[in-house]
Amino acid sequence: MDLYLPIANLSVNALVIIALGGVVGLLSGMFGVGGGFLTTPLLIFYGIPPTVAAASAASQVTGASVSGVMSHMARGTVDFRMGGVLIAGGVIGAGLGVLLFRLLQSLGQIDTMIGILYVLMLGGIGLLMAKESIQALVALKTGKRLQARTRRHHPLVAALPMRWRFYRSGLYISPLAPLLLGVATGILTMLLGVGGGFILVPAMLYLLGMTTQSVVGTSLFQILFVTMATTMMHAMTTKAVDLVLAMLLLIGSVTGAQIGTRISMSIRPEYLRILLAFIVLLVAGRMALGLGWRPDEIYSIEVQ
Amino acid sequence: MRRAAALCLPAAAWLLGAADEPVLVPDVSQREVEILYSFTGADLLLFGAIVYPDGRRPDRPADVVVVLKGPDQSITMREKKKVAGIWVNADRARFRSAPSFYAMASSRPISQIVDERTAAIYELGVDKLQLSPASLNDSAELDRFQAGLVDLRERAGLFVERPGTVEITDGVLYRARLPLSARVVVGDYTAETFLVQDGRVVAAAVRDISVRKSGFERFMAVAAERWSFLYGLAAIALAVGMGWAAGAIARRL
Repeated sequence: MDLYLPIANLSVNALVIIALGGVVGLLSGMFGVGGGFLTTPLLIFYGIPPTVAAASAASQVTGASVSGVMSHMARGTVDFRMGGVLIAGGVIGAGLGVLLFRLLQSLGQIDTMIGILYVLMLGGIGLLMAKESIQALVALKTGKRLQARTRRHHPLVAALPMRWRFYRSGLYISPLAPLLLGVATGILTMLLGVGGGFILVPAMLYLLGMTTQSVVGTSLFQILFVTMATTMMHAMTTKAVDLVLAMLLLIGSVTGAQIGTRISMSIRPEYLRILLAFIVLLVAGRMALGLGWRPDEIYSIEVQ
Repeated sequence: MRRAAALCLPAAAWLLGAADEPVLVPDVSQREVEILYSFTGADLLLFGAIVYPDGRRPDRPADVVVVLKGPDQSITMREKKKVAGIWVNADRARFRSAPSFYAMASSRPISQIVDERTAAIYELGVDKLQLSPASLNDSAELDRFQAGLVDLRERAGLFVERPGTVEITDGVLYRARLPLSARVVVGDYTAETFLVQDGRVVAAAVRDISVRKSGFERFMAVAAERWSFLYGLAAIALAVGMGWAAGAIARRL
């Protein structure tokens, strides 16, 4: 079923795009990650121009998060205060990301930078998550209890001034910590076309020390609003948001997200985390190979 | 006005030049190509007649070359090289006039019809395109970049060469089919026809073809460009609306 995309200027198989959205939506519902880290590379691989892919993937992540946020809100696992601080940081970060994007683009190094960022971020976080979840699994199997972590958040976080109470996260920390975290994910959202969930979830767990139950809901809540801001920034600056492409991705991903949320409730969080760690490492490994291997295309064309 | 002139031109040329040179009367199957939701490319038929003065046909049959060209683009090409174990964009070249689309068909392979120089003058063949380099690269480098451009565009179906596919019937009627890829950009295209006799281009004629989006596709492209804020809002509303609807339906199930 071929359909012409009016902004991307090419025709695609609608069913392939819907299926792609479905898989990404499933992951987004299960893990609380936006799934942009899969959508953008897959769309580019399919032949969609990179800018259109990143811009349209952002709105797909919005749609996938809405249903996720709603399910989590119904279960009371969203920390609105924490989410609000993260969103403020995210919007600032997205603005900085636009400037950085333009600078790298004029130097012609945006592709390489995206590749290196993916490998470093995904590789580092994937390893961290894999280590943690394997320890948890071993503890589960042997029946030995893991030593409860005495210090719940990173010492640097504790050193920041001005403390707020985040009830649902079970935290009493400075709002500057989640704000800076928000800025970092905002920059990544603009540069990589990802929601930033794969950074946010582990950072909230291991750096801020949030309670596991509220992490997924709160990260989805932040992703929802930051991707909305990013979609608008793309529509205003790059004019590369393809509504037809976004629509196809959305049909798949909103359905997938519902199924994913249900699955996540019936699987132990330890297994979920090791699965996510595996997927993240897989993508990082593929990107690392891509940097070192001779690329399929030596030449690239940029139309002025 | 321009259209009227274009229509009168072959007729006038026929009357004026009737004395010695043959005249081409070309046409295309579609003057306007409309891009709709189901657009997966188009096949254009370029056909026409060769009108010889006094109806006398030459002893040796003439050759016909048809070229379909899209709007020129100003482009920057980058070349990847391995630096410290990583493939990065190293060299680059800028070209002011690279055609976004180029398709050529001829009655015989170009090298058998005209010499290198004539092919270069009339831009017959993807390796003969004049790209107007705008950066300071040496000629070996420019050749490398041009080869890279041709390779990329050929695989995207944007550069097409079909030697030996122009059919000439009884030496006076010709026809050729050229494919228009689904990835074409919108704009004004030209279909040029050249009549070649003994290595010399003896007649040439041009037809304009306009490729444009229509209906919903056109509305979307215009909206994204002109009303970008509203377009952005629409994108967000669509995403939130569909996400909300899916959530609402799922809770009922």
